[in-house]
Amino acid sequence: MNVESLVFYVFAALMIFAGLRVITARNPVHSAMFLVLAFCSASGIWMLLEAEFLSITLVLVYVGAVMVLFLFVVMMLDINLDQLREGFWRWFPFGAALALVMVGEMVYVLGNRKTAATEGLVRHAADYSNIKELGRLIYTDYVYPFEIAAVVLLVAMVAAIALTLRRRIGVKSQNPGKQVLVKKADRLRIVPVAAEKSGSDRAA
Amino acid sequence: MIETLQNLLGVAWTPLWTLVKIVLIVAPLMVGVAYLTYVERKVIGYMQVRIGPNRVGYYGLLQPLADGMKLFFKEIIIPAGSNKFLFVLAPVLCLMPALAAWAVVPFNAELVLANVNAGLLYILAMTSLGVYGVILAGWASNSKYAFLGSLRSAAQIVSYEIAMGFALVCVLMASGSLNLGDIVNGQKGAGLLSWYIIPLFPMFLVYLISGVAETNRAPFDLAEGESEIVAGFHVEYSGMAFALFFLGEYANMILIAFLTAIMFMGGWLSPVTFLPDSIVWLLAKASFVLFLFLWFRATFPRYRYDQLMRLGWKVFIPISLIWVVVVGLWMQTPLWLW
Repeated sequence: MNVESLVFYVFAALMIFAGLRVITARNPVHSAMFLVLAFCSASGIWMLLEAEFLSITLVLVYVGAVMVLFLFVVMMLDINLDQLREGFWRWFPFGAALALVMVGEMVYVLGNRKTAATEGLVRHAADYSNIKELGRLIYTDYVYPFEIAAVVLLVAMVAAIALTLRRRIGVKSQNPGKQVLVKKADRLRIVPVAAEKSGSDRAA
Repeated sequence: MIETLQNLLGVAWTPLWTLVKIVLIVAPLMVGVAYLTYVERKVIGYMQVRIGPNRVGYYGLLQPLADGMKLFFKEIIIPAGSNKFLFVLAPVLCLMPALAAWAVVPFNAELVLANVNAGLLYILAMTSLGVYGVILAGWASNSKYAFLGSLRSAAQIVSYEIAMGFALVCVLMASGSLNLGDIVNGQKGAGLLSWYIIPLFPMFLVYLISGVAETNRAPFDLAEGESEIVAGFHVEYSGMAFALFFLGEYANMILIAFLTAIMFMGGWLSPVTFLPDSIVWLLAKASFVLFLFLWFRATFPRYRYDQLMRLGWKVFIPISLIWVVVVGLWMQTPLWLW
């Protein structure tokens, strides 16, 4: 066994362990952290496949942004574990059936010589840029699917923001533009006050 | 001599040599972190017409060592209601990405630990991991102040990362590469005039200010806001665990300073054509940026939370989006000289 497969098995074992702990950990924050570990292991495996763009983007997007917000939400929720666990055995057959279907699909895809492209895996030279190649493909051969996906995501984003917009009355807010443009004359009034008697007169 | 060693060690050579190189980067970095705290106290001291540390060693030069010793021998108190594992893990997660990012930072044309093509992406990924230390520290401490600090910090880091990412998109458009070494080489030519700071000046400002926000430094240090939430996310930490947060913060500052120097100020390239390029330039530029960090801290009052969010979302992100388009159009014209 060469070093590469050793590294692969280490990452794969870590990922399976982390994946199991995501669903078995009692504390939701622990689950979220194990999901982070699973993402990091997956990123390591992709790195072994020389897919450095995907691998780093996985860390950047999922670990660096999505999971942070997820953790953010999970930490603030008051989760009652007993209530969550109540329906476990009732839903177990359904979950198991779903798992079986997924395992079946994976075996079909990966076990088939035609669909599993392990034969055609080519080693590239050190100066080969995965990102350049990916960018070229995305913006030439796959430009329409890519643009459509981008627009769909944009619409989803706009919709998510629109959901949070609601008109509330009686809310005070500042207008920084107005604050910056404010002049001395708007705020300050100089009142001429007549001079009083000086101190020396009073002393006398 | 290196070849004899190489033959002697055989297979073990590559990992050992890499390890030596890692030590050669991390050891000066740690010394830099220690003395940055000293310089910070001195600079802010002089700006406020004080002397700063001057008791331990000549001009207080041994002060960082004394501080380190003190923190090292202090007891690490783990709060009773805390989550022990995550409480101990959080400072490690804070320091780890700050060190890991140095793997791709080039010091001159040859001196780089890992000359990878996706260097810029790697840097972005690593700097985005730093937030875990802060969030987990706040949650695991089981304290309201720590939790509030970590929530503030997480929102802040996630918001400013977007503007920072767009600033880097401009840099990679200008250089046509994600490799940090190639980015520096793309700024070669007419000395100071061919640095990306000239066409990308707004992005330079956005990157620098987002960098200050990203490292939770004043005036964006809402995560610690002493007057409101005591010390924020690290209020329950003591001894070396507390020191690790500081090491992480300062290592991040040095990293941001180096990245600013590399991406906008020509890295190791000399500002004038008649002087040779050298690592000294990189150190000088990074030191200048670090001085700015200290200067900001001594000069500006802390931002209010809504002002901070407004600056990030309503000012920086639109500016950087517009500048991406401007640079894209500019590059299509013959007026693009970089």
